[in-house]
Amino acid sequence: MSPSILLLLAFGLSLFGWLAARSRAWAFRKSAPGVRLHSLPNFHGWYVALWIGVPALLFALLWNAISPVLITSQVMADPAASLLPGFGFERETMLAEARAVAEGRAFGVFNEEAQGLIAPYREAITFYDSIGLVVTILVAFAGGAFAFLRLKPDFTARTRVERAVMGLLLIASLVAILTTIGIIVSLVFETVRFFGMVSPLDFLFGTHWSPDPMSSGTPDGADYGAIPLFWGTIYIGAIIAMIVAIPLGLMSAIFLTQYASNGVRKVLKPLLEILAGVPTVVYGYFAALTVAPMVRDAAQAIGISSASTESAVAAGLVMGVMIIPFVSSMADDSIAAVPQAMRDGSLAMGATTSETIRKVLIPAALPGIVAGVMLAVSRAIGETMIVVMAAGASANLTANPFESMTTVTFQIVAMLTGEGSFDHPATLSAFALGMVLFLVTLTLNFIALRVVKRYREAYE
Amino acid sequence: MSEPAMTETTSDVQARRRALMDKGLARRRTADRRFRWLGFAAVAFSALMLAFLLINMSSAGIAGFQRSEVRFDVPLAGAMQIDAKRLAQPDPMGGLELAGLEKVVEGAAKTALGPEADDLVGQGAWREVATAIVEDPSLLGGTYSASLPASDDLAAAQRGEGEPAMQQLAKRLVSEGKLVRTFDKGFLSRSDATSPQSVGIWGALKGSILTMFITLILAFPVGVLSALYLEEYAPKNRWTEWIEISINNLAAVPSIIFGLLGLAVFLALFPHYRSAPLIGGMTLALMTMPVIVISGRNAIKAVPPSIRDAALAIGASKVQVVFNHVLPLALPGILTGTIIGMARALGETAPLLMIGMRAFVASPPSGFTAPSSVLPVQIFLWSDEIDRGFVERTSAAIVVLLVFLLLMNGLAIYLRNRFEKRW
Repeated sequence: MSPSILLLLAFGLSLFGWLAARSRAWAFRKSAPGVRLHSLPNFHGWYVALWIGVPALLFALLWNAISPVLITSQVMADPAASLLPGFGFERETMLAEARAVAEGRAFGVFNEEAQGLIAPYREAITFYDSIGLVVTILVAFAGGAFAFLRLKPDFTARTRVERAVMGLLLIASLVAILTTIGIIVSLVFETVRFFGMVSPLDFLFGTHWSPDPMSSGTPDGADYGAIPLFWGTIYIGAIIAMIVAIPLGLMSAIFLTQYASNGVRKVLKPLLEILAGVPTVVYGYFAALTVAPMVRDAAQAIGISSASTESAVAAGLVMGVMIIPFVSSMADDSIAAVPQAMRDGSLAMGATTSETIRKVLIPAALPGIVAGVMLAVSRAIGETMIVVMAAGASANLTANPFESMTTVTFQIVAMLTGEGSFDHPATLSAFALGMVLFLVTLTLNFIALRVVKRYREAYE
Repeated sequence: MSEPAMTETTSDVQARRRALMDKGLARRRTADRRFRWLGFAAVAFSALMLAFLLINMSSAGIAGFQRSEVRFDVPLAGAMQIDAKRLAQPDPMGGLELAGLEKVVEGAAKTALGPEADDLVGQGAWREVATAIVEDPSLLGGTYSASLPASDDLAAAQRGEGEPAMQQLAKRLVSEGKLVRTFDKGFLSRSDATSPQSVGIWGALKGSILTMFITLILAFPVGVLSALYLEEYAPKNRWTEWIEISINNLAAVPSIIFGLLGLAVFLALFPHYRSAPLIGGMTLALMTMPVIVISGRNAIKAVPPSIRDAALAIGASKVQVVFNHVLPLALPGILTGTIIGMARALGETAPLLMIGMRAFVASPPSGFTAPSSVLPVQIFLWSDEIDRGFVERTSAAIVVLLVFLLLMNGLAIYLRNRFEKRW
């Protein structure tokens, strides 16, 4: 049974229950004009609708999970299934093929052996689908009847519906915690498996990175030294990108808040915001196709012959441009949080605007600016597409910005989009790298948010 | 005697002081102007970079919306053994392939263009004829005047690259009106292919739309409900503190980490839905939800308490206050945040690479569970192709993506201005 049909069915029956219960509540009022309903008729409607929809949806979900298993086991019991090869990939493919044809998703099968399975599949699917449909309707009606029979003028429908709403709100807000737990568990689980094969010491302190996803046997810990990746990440994201983003972002914020007239600000501020809204894949393409060749030509012109088209500086420059609006809006906020009296006081003493900004506003706003820079660094080191497209794959431990460098995020993508199997240490190393990235960005964000919070309170 | 000397000295000193001060003042004013100028230069640099990027992309993109086409007639009447009934069954393209449509198209090309036709018409060009037949089976009874993609070599020759002989041929065909470079309507309606001449973005665009739909129906209700809970109901205890911390942290977690989560959890749960919009949408929803929660909380916080008090005072329950009064008033603000979050999700690439949406998908996805690509990933995949034709196509796809993003951001700004209320 396709999930959408069950979904529509549940919603349709709920709507029906809602209308029926509401008119029943109105009827209470009509039949005995003096009687006062505890709850508005709408709440009676919602009460019944919930009792119809929620059990039906839960059952439909459950059925979607278990019916494929039942269908497969019935097909297996068919004589045609005995012709199948033993367990393995081939068998799975044939079953999938036959199933696709039976569900009407495909026209024919590649493997002749699968042909005989189509009819049993069709039979089993029809059988279990009709069971699912009938039981869903039964469940919906049972729930609806139970709720409908309880309706009375003094029935506390509103209290009950509101309790359900509260439950829904609580569940919705737990999704965030579940996501966080999901991230941590999935990272930790795979990271532990990786560290079972490669020593954490080799990983964290080794200086040679060349995992081979095709190798077999015990992995060589010496190939999994991640220091060059950490260095590349820091060099591109925290050094080159910040050399571009901090001065430009800070000066932009100062100009826009302190010097620009209202009209100028109205035009320029959205322009900066657009810069933040451009997708990173576009920046990556721009970096790889336009900036990187320019950087290489410029480097060769000043006599650096080793310059390549994949360079740390091209990726870092473009990433810096991407981060400018981020730094400028954080700096903007923290400069705006400095009390006007301090600025006025400085100007009244005869200081020029630039002196006021440099000697009063910036020092006062410094904690906020530093926190903003930390958030910007955390964003830069987690950025993926620009480095994937422009930074390169070779793990170099060098300070020459014109050389190709690789980063943590690049290697995560490289390891997980390759052909290696999911149990291979090279694949698992991506999760260990993800874990490091997660912890580092988490720490940076945490400290930055703390600083911002404490600093905000100081002036209020 | 001493008096005039004294005044002279005083005014002398004063004049010297004034001169010194004027000099200092001039220096300070220059410094101020320089500082101001630096600030302007910083903003101007960003604006120039943006302009450079946009002009760069769109100038290449304009070429990407065009392609070289060869024009000739394909006589279809009686050329193949296939009837309209077969076309109504699943996989009609396969039926046409079996009936030998490719040979028919090749033959027609040879008659029209000469014996070299093999190298002139792009590989798989017959598929465009097949698509036309599937859409309008009555074509089978007549002659189809085809505009098919030229081969990559011929397209390059028309641009003035490649072998001289081919360039000569291209010139001849152009003068005969058989080879034209024209606006490629099909670019918006086809899917990925191996040749830049026959690619299109509809497959990726449809995948993006399906993915965004899943993201929206998952992230919006969850985000709004948890914003309501945190702002209106949540007691101050450890649980709510944990919820708040995790939402703020999730908003700052690198997107690729969400990809790792999708890979380790969603793909482990639904291994058959690899590269499906369903999984992509679920992954992006987790990423978008914190953005919606944070903007939603700000919007809810901005609704003045007097409105809540008034509703409570005439006997509304807390749930009625929240859903009938606070939520409608906060909705424009929440929508603005949602659109911004969706725009970010639309441009996101890295998490989708993790869950396998980088596969080559040559037909638009038929549903939420069919393999699919999305626009940014398509751009990434094309950017890896070395063929020069792909560079233009990539820029054209970027133009389409940017147009969508600008529209979304424009809508968000419009909503913000239209519904911004001062209480």
